[in-house]
Amino acid sequence: MSGESKKKSWKQLLYRDRYLLIMIIPVVIYYLVFCYLPMTGIIMAFNHYQVGSGFAGIYTSKWVGMKWFNQFFGSIYLGRLVRNTFLLQFFSLIFGFPIPILFAVAVTQVANKKARKVIQVSTYLPYFISTVVVCGMINNFLSPSGGIINQLLNKIGIESINFMNLPQWFRPIYVISGSWQSFGFNSIIFVAAIMGISPDLYEAMDVDGANRRQIIWHLVLPSIRPTIILLLIMSLGTMMSVGFEKVYLLYNTAVYETADVIQTYVYRQGIQSNNYSYATAVGLFNSVINFVIVFAANKISRRVTDTAIW
Amino acid sequence: MNAVKAIRKKEFHGSIGDIIFMALVWIFLIFAVVACVYPFIYVLSVSLSSGQAVNQGKVILLPVDLNFEALKTVLGYKQLWISYGNTLFYTAVGTVMNVVFTCLAAYPLSRKRFCFRKQMNFLLAFTMYFSGGLIPVYIVITKLGLYDKRMVMIVPVLISAYNVMICRSAFESVSEDLFEEAAIEGANDFYILTKIAVPLIKPTLAVLTLYYAVARYNDFFSAMLYISDSSKEPLQIFLRRILLQASMEIMQTTNINMGAVSQSTIQVRYVCIVVSVVPIMLVVPLVQKYLVQGTMLGAVKG
Repeated sequence: MSGESKKKSWKQLLYRDRYLLIMIIPVVIYYLVFCYLPMTGIIMAFNHYQVGSGFAGIYTSKWVGMKWFNQFFGSIYLGRLVRNTFLLQFFSLIFGFPIPILFAVAVTQVANKKARKVIQVSTYLPYFISTVVVCGMINNFLSPSGGIINQLLNKIGIESINFMNLPQWFRPIYVISGSWQSFGFNSIIFVAAIMGISPDLYEAMDVDGANRRQIIWHLVLPSIRPTIILLLIMSLGTMMSVGFEKVYLLYNTAVYETADVIQTYVYRQGIQSNNYSYATAVGLFNSVINFVIVFAANKISRRVTDTAIW
Repeated sequence: MNAVKAIRKKEFHGSIGDIIFMALVWIFLIFAVVACVYPFIYVLSVSLSSGQAVNQGKVILLPVDLNFEALKTVLGYKQLWISYGNTLFYTAVGTVMNVVFTCLAAYPLSRKRFCFRKQMNFLLAFTMYFSGGLIPVYIVITKLGLYDKRMVMIVPVLISAYNVMICRSAFESVSEDLFEEAAIEGANDFYILTKIAVPLIKPTLAVLTLYYAVARYNDFFSAMLYISDSSKEPLQIFLRRILLQASMEIMQTTNINMGAVSQSTIQVRYVCIVVSVVPIMLVVPLVQKYLVQGTMLGAVKG
């Protein structure tokens, strides 16, 4: 069979796979236009693109070498943006990673199937709500005028806090709301792993007279360890890519100090201030860091768990 | 399920330690459920209370002085329905296109004999590692003349490489014999894809449809960058104006006096949340059985 196909000329191969080729041509066009053509636009990071230069200007504008990178690396923004981007993801991981596991262990202790479903479905809901609505709820709940949180604080004799305008509150708000939104959904995979544990193993521990705590500690947690490790490595890959939308919708000039991340800075510099080339350079800096991190995470994942994201 | 039965058996001879342990588990679970459900109940209750009760901070859990004024005001506002209609259009057309093109990408990639299999796989996978970044993408899309066109909400987000990988491994898991038999009987790849392969991976496609539909329904970023015409704006842009930019546009359409306006600002916002969240609240419980399969699809064997 394989010997036969090797003999086939390119023409014959193309003819044999003509229907597959017809299928994939629109896909290839999509990727070339919306992914690879913009990649060639990275050259803007090294020249001086000016608004109104049109599409050709991307490639023909005056070459300036490393000017934009030097400008960025010499500015106060480098440290602040990298720190904010990293810390938002880091705290999200530290705080957000264990909760789905705890929740999965807890919910699988519930014997009644209906009760378990109700609990699970109600915790999935926030995951599917749009970022705009989540940020709208956060903003209005925390508002000093009529927000429920401040109303409750007033009732117990604490003065209203203007949460959204205080830099020290931005990270807690971002991290807590993030794990509120995702813990139920992220627990699904752990619940599935726990459900997959063989009943015989439970029986064996039961016969030995183990109590629930011992079963969880010596059977459940060790059984889902590979899943935990895999997901941990995968989330390391997103260490420098903060969700742009949520930061953009939550922050304001008063909290830039802790809230401004690379992506929002690129947006302000590029789309709002028309410094296209400078913004492209900062964006490229971010893309390269992400590339290295994702690549490393995937390599580690392959080695440790024999599973890769792709 | 058997694992749970085994746990349930334990309950009959539970020790004191186990009872305390289960009490803690239930406290934790109840806290988790309340945290996820309460904000939505609160928003709903504020929407349905009288402006006075809201202003005095009387609404904590259930509606106080049941009142549909705020609801009526918002539902009577035309721009809400314009943006809602746009979102339904973007979601319906976008999701169908997403799923069709994902299948068109995934099927050839799943055929081992396909002559460009390796190259095409690389073409897709590389985009998951690296992108041109915000600005080059923005310039390409605007220079293509897509700015303020309805297409801009659909075409630039046509295919997600990650979902193609999921779909591809679903096609790969179908027995090769089925395809070979069909090919021997003279069926071409389009026939095989639509009549044999797609029906066999329906559960996977259901999950992908859900993911794509939620993404299209919630898409805010594309619209913020590329849509400025309010007759084309999706719901999320409208919501942002009302919820986060303190737009008073809805109140200005009604003839309530200014005192009443200040009372009902927060109510109008919460009604908007309710109106936009309802479809999702109705759909998620219906499709939850697919969610479990969906997350399991995430890890593709490498």
